[in-house]
Amino acid sequence: MFPLSSFHEFSTAANLAMAVVLGFGFGFCLERAGFGSARKLTAVFYLYDMAVVKVMFTAIVTAMTGVFLLSAAGVLDIAELYLEPTNFAAQAIGGLVFGAGFIVGGYCPGTCVASMATGRKDGYAFALGMLAGVLAYAELTPGIDAWIKDTAQGAMTLPSLTGIGAGWWTLAFIAFLAFAGWGMSKLEARFAGLKPSAA
Amino acid sequence: MAQTLVNTRLRAAGTSVRTGPLAYWNPYLTGMLLGLVLLATYLVTGRGLGATGAFGAVAAWLAGAISPEHAATNLVHAKYWNDGAPLESWTLFLLVGAFVGALVSGVAGRRIAFTVERGPRVTDGQRLALAFVGGFVAAYGAKIAKGCTSGQALTGGSIFNVGSLVFMLAVFASAYALAYLVRKEWL
Repeated sequence: MFPLSSFHEFSTAANLAMAVVLGFGFGFCLERAGFGSARKLTAVFYLYDMAVVKVMFTAIVTAMTGVFLLSAAGVLDIAELYLEPTNFAAQAIGGLVFGAGFIVGGYCPGTCVASMATGRKDGYAFALGMLAGVLAYAELTPGIDAWIKDTAQGAMTLPSLTGIGAGWWTLAFIAFLAFAGWGMSKLEARFAGLKPSAA
Repeated sequence: MAQTLVNTRLRAAGTSVRTGPLAYWNPYLTGMLLGLVLLATYLVTGRGLGATGAFGAVAAWLAGAISPEHAATNLVHAKYWNDGAPLESWTLFLLVGAFVGALVSGVAGRRIAFTVERGPRVTDGQRLALAFVGGFVAAYGAKIAKGCTSGQALTGGSIFNVGSLVFMLAVFASAYALAYLVRKEWL
């Protein structure tokens, strides 16, 4: 039955309309969480406000649980879900570079949209920088894409790698979130002094 | 009498809050909502969320405005060229929706402000320059990793994609390692 895209041929217009509707929910959640503000986002790296990790981790665990339950009920075919091939070198290097851009720029590609919608000028500067970066990547180093493809290890998940079922992994992530939530409240109390009074 | 007192208090609370932005929602509750949006996206499209692809689409469109042949043959632009209609991109429309969603949430929360987000020890100009540089670097990283916080960390993480989890750890390791160096920008 799900994903719908595997059992239905949607027109381009229908596809793009669904993108706008789902995007509305995406942007609404990001702004509600405070992710339209670069200071709220970067606060996670100074440990006085861990909202970024709390929101991300809870979102991952929620979607994870939903995917597991729906596939266990036979409603969702997880083999139909797109899985980006793993390339350890590319994802590690890309992640390190991305993290540097995040702490210097203050946003990530999705959250800069929430910041622009709420008027933050630095969000517009970040988006322009991203556009320049994507253009530079395409024009100056298009060969990196071929390298990534040639050296990829292929589709790989924790259950397929370890032989431990998705249900156990889901339970482990839920348990870890509970433990991390406790740890983060301790961190926030300890580093509360770094919190700016006006933000 | 008691009812009048309650009403007066409510009105007083209302006026005092009206002057400033409302508090953000609880992060665990908002995270759960975001997770449901992600789950819905999986159920409808089989592909989850993403954001960097929208920038790739706009870049291909810009390149195509100068030379359609170049946009169609460049290894990276070609993926977004879409037979000459790069702006008909799913991720770009997702971000258009995200802009409207964030705007509605921001208006409702009285958080619209035409300001520059920065700490007190840098100027607006310095912060805008750093935001541009950061955006450039983040885009490069996202291109190399084939995704960003949305496309890799959230989307891949929720289906246990090993590469996505490696990406997420690398992002946080890098940002935590550099946080002390750029503390003036934020604290």
